[in-house]
Amino acid sequence: MAAKTKAVSTKPVVVVDDVHIIYKVFASGRRATKAGAGGGLFSRKMRLREVHAVKGLSFTVFEGESVGIIGSNGSGKSSLMRAIAGLTPIQGGAVYASAKPALLGVGAVLLPNLSGEKNILLGGLAMGFGRKDMIDNTDAITKFAGLEEFIDLPMRTYSSGMSARLRFSIAASRDHDILIIDEALAVGDQEFRNRSEARMREMRDSAGTVFLVSHSMKSILDTCTRVIWIEKGELIMDGEPREVINAYNVHTGSDTID
Amino acid sequence: MSLADYAREHGLKRVGARPALLEYLAEAWKRRDFALTMARFNSEAANAKNRLGRWWTVLLPTVQALVYGLIFGVLMGSSRPDNYIPFLFTGVFLFSFMSGAFGAGAGSVTGNLGLVRSLSFPRMLLPVQATIQQIFNLLPQMVLLILTWVVFAQPITFNWLLLVPITFLMIMFSTGLALVSARLTVHIQDLTKLIPFVIRIVFYTSGIFFNMEHVLKNYPVALEIEKYNPVYVFVSLARGVGVAGYETTAFMWLAAIGWAVVTLALGIVFFWKAEERYGRED
Repeated sequence: MAAKTKAVSTKPVVVVDDVHIIYKVFASGRRATKAGAGGGLFSRKMRLREVHAVKGLSFTVFEGESVGIIGSNGSGKSSLMRAIAGLTPIQGGAVYASAKPALLGVGAVLLPNLSGEKNILLGGLAMGFGRKDMIDNTDAITKFAGLEEFIDLPMRTYSSGMSARLRFSIAASRDHDILIIDEALAVGDQEFRNRSEARMREMRDSAGTVFLVSHSMKSILDTCTRVIWIEKGELIMDGEPREVINAYNVHTGSDTID
Repeated sequence: MSLADYAREHGLKRVGARPALLEYLAEAWKRRDFALTMARFNSEAANAKNRLGRWWTVLLPTVQALVYGLIFGVLMGSSRPDNYIPFLFTGVFLFSFMSGAFGAGAGSVTGNLGLVRSLSFPRMLLPVQATIQQIFNLLPQMVLLILTWVVFAQPITFNWLLLVPITFLMIMFSTGLALVSARLTVHIQDLTKLIPFVIRIVFYTSGIFFNMEHVLKNYPVALEIEKYNPVYVFVSLARGVGVAGYETTAFMWLAAIGWAVVTLALGIVFFWKAEERYGRED
């Protein structure tokens, strides 16, 4: 297991202050329309539903920490991460950070019709890196992602594992002050997972702050110095990885780790 | 001490806060290479799907112009504008650029949600990138337009050089349009249904294939209003420069400059105001 003895400074890097995230979504189907009146052509068959995804979370993360975020599906982990990265508007509270957090999520394919190589360049340019740097780095990024054979193919032809690997490699090619990784590694194979966990530890040690959302307790134990457990948008537990993961495992009925 | 004060004390900034306008523009300018590269890659990818590739950028407006020319040319018979072919080509080519930017801008944020949700950069670059893609199409069209002028024996003069500032003003105007349509469709997705309709209406009311002065000669008020129609202004300017029998007026130039500056400025402010909103789920 990795050394987790690195001293945590008292300099705050990310402050999450009473954050609320509410999605307004059109619900449809029998459950949504049962209550509605009338059935004419122009009556609304859909109902606007509010989903309160994150309900007033607050915590502070210090320099050099790597924070694991756990919780069941739909508990608000990804919403929270997107809010920390500033990619989702929040309805209450605020997130403060010392630098612009970079988020690596699943789902999002950058530009599906362009080749992996072009996505590397564009991703880098969008993050504000120079063209020359990115071109010089392309081979290293490709190699890290293990996609040498496919880098000239459009990204829409990649498997989800391949595109997650590429996205991770693009973001990890540079040191970020704050990096958020949202289950991006879950789809990678074992070899890539080892490589990327090593890289994450490296980033953490170079004074970067890392957030890791994962369902793999092993990845979290191997890389994180602190774990936050969220359930239904509320904070359940925040503390030392072993302790929190044990409590979580009891909750889910999995075996505890000794 | 509240968390907010604590954060401020340690020099933390609120994430996702909309920066001041000048700061925002500076940030966008720093990443101009992103917009340019994305436009280039996208237009390469779009062209690669078709066998005729890049040629479509000139083929399509040419076919359009020919079809309109045939239909309206026959319909209008003797009331056709003078120098009909160069007159029509000028109108159709310029119009296809302006409407193209408006339409492409509309999809530039809603169509790139993957990008918006995974990377943070000034969102303005997306409609700008869509406009740059239209500019790539415009340049070969301009070459073709000048060729048409030459083939249909328009007298070559130094005046033709004025096409450069006209194009420039038209690009400013269209960028503003793209910024406005980009934000509008984010708020109201339904507008994407109306856009083709709006474009049609502007096409029929901007004298693309008929001579406004003749058609509206009994309606002085309508003609007066049309003088302020930006699409008509840009098209008339280009005709005045290159097609024999048409003149540019000082008023047209002033109107073009006015529309270019005002639309671009309004577009930038209007788009920037909603910067925190883009990428939202609903």
